[in-house]
Amino acid sequence: MSEPFLIGDSMSGGYGKGPNILHNCTVAVDKGQIAVIVGPNGAGKSTAMKAIFGMLNVREGAVRIDGEDITNLTPQDRVAKGMAFVPQTNNIFTSMSVEENLEMGAFLRRDDISGTMAQVYELFPILKDKRRQAAGELSGGQRQQVAVGRALMTRPKVLMLDEPTAGVSPIVMDELFDRIIEVARTGISILMVEQNARQALAIADKGYVLVQGTNRFTDTGAALLADPEVRKSFLGG
Amino acid sequence: MDILNAIVVLANYIFVPAMTYGSQLALGALGITLIYGILRFSNFAHGDTMAFGAMAVILATWWMQSLGVSIHPLPTALLALPFGIAVTALLLLATDRVVYRFYRRVKAVPIIVVMASIGVMFVLNGVVRFIIGPNDQNFADGARFIFTAGDFKRATGLDEGLALRSSQVITVLAAVALVAALFWFLNRTRTGKSMRAFSDNEDLALLSGINPERVVTVTWLIVAILVTVAGTLYGLDKSFKPFTYFQLLLPMFAAAIVGGLGNPLGAIAGGFVIAFSEVSVTYAFKKVLGYLMPENLAPDTLVQLLSTEYKFAVSFALLVLVLLFRPTGIFRGQSL
Repeated sequence: MSEPFLIGDSMSGGYGKGPNILHNCTVAVDKGQIAVIVGPNGAGKSTAMKAIFGMLNVREGAVRIDGEDITNLTPQDRVAKGMAFVPQTNNIFTSMSVEENLEMGAFLRRDDISGTMAQVYELFPILKDKRRQAAGELSGGQRQQVAVGRALMTRPKVLMLDEPTAGVSPIVMDELFDRIIEVARTGISILMVEQNARQALAIADKGYVLVQGTNRFTDTGAALLADPEVRKSFLGG
Repeated sequence: MDILNAIVVLANYIFVPAMTYGSQLALGALGITLIYGILRFSNFAHGDTMAFGAMAVILATWWMQSLGVSIHPLPTALLALPFGIAVTALLLLATDRVVYRFYRRVKAVPIIVVMASIGVMFVLNGVVRFIIGPNDQNFADGARFIFTAGDFKRATGLDEGLALRSSQVITVLAAVALVAALFWFLNRTRTGKSMRAFSDNEDLALLSGINPERVVTVTWLIVAILVTVAGTLYGLDKSFKPFTYFQLLLPMFAAAIVGGLGNPLGAIAGGFVIAFSEVSVTYAFKKVLGYLMPENLAPDTLVQLLSTEYKFAVSFALLVLVLLFRPTGIFRGQSL
């Protein structure tokens, strides 16, 4: 079996000089697929994501994209390698307009970005109506759309989302998940951390249940949803 | 007639001087607010940087005057501005390289950088006095007045005169042009937008691939332009004395904070709020009231709220009021 497109392979590490938070943790995603990391609070879900994006020290293990080792690259260099990251909070430029947010997402690109911008507006039509409005004035769900749109502007190969549905209403959450599936259909791999485990696993090709910084269960989303032990411990029955 | 006379007196002693002073403060406060928004510290060396910029312009002006270069009726200093800006830009970039970059790299807390900037302030303070001396310097030439009070009286037949000095007109025009150019740059160009993005959300700007060192360099260059122009205009309008520029630090900071730190629009509004308050609180309204009130009610005293020696108290009082009641300033900037 060939290696997945993006893989954080047996990672152990922590923030700065602090203790290890991840212990031999493996997370991967294949082309055009959706991988979801779930688990209880403090399981190291976001930490695993940040490790893959180069925001903490990976002391053992490696991060590879398309077979290339990128363990020692800075987050900025990983953006150039085709990774895009949407943080959980502070993920938009609040004082700038929606359109300027998208422009800043494409800052590294020197070519014509109008095509990509049109694609983003097609995916999130509401943003087109509000493109001149300051992003900070939008609702929670719309802000998340801006954040995802900004990340898509680099035309990434992998989109990493840290709890994209945190703090939005259930209706908006369903809508966001639909959009995320649409993004995946265009061939972009999606790796996300989610609190709403049940809904997230339902759309996941691959699910990772982390506990205390290490892999507890790894399977397809559907299989994890069907697993009685996973249901009992993590999905509330 | 009395009402017209009162208006003319107000225009001559409050409106025109406050517009001029406000423009100078606005340019200075813009520099402070940009540095605060992007480098994230309060630059106490700003006043003395202004003195340095003005000094560089003065030296170039004297040199040009000695060569007989002139753009009469405009002051030669305008011709010397680019030279002054270039020298100030070099100074600011060198300071950044030698002092501030280190604190950025170790991610020092803002108060440490502020302390460093006070150190820079003392050094610049000394450098300026060492080069040009602590005394008043005169470098204004060209036409002094657009029209004098006498011209105005003869033309209108009013008892009161209104004088308009060319330095005042130049100040306001230059400030408007510079502010327009700055806003165009910040809102329309890629580099300008990246500066706003960096000021808004540093982490996300880094994730988007914005190069922080480039943003910082461009910021210092803009500050060099703003500070040199402001310093030169102030010197043309009043006179150049290093200590006065140091004293401008308080009204400039007050303007930036009153308007909302980190918000360019706020810096401009704040500049005018401070200037108009300072000028009108220290102005003696006896003459104006004499025109407006019936004769038997005309005041005997000067009707001056504060004597001019206390003008800095006005900035300070406004600063305290704003920090107490609206800490983010008029135009919602970052709170302190």
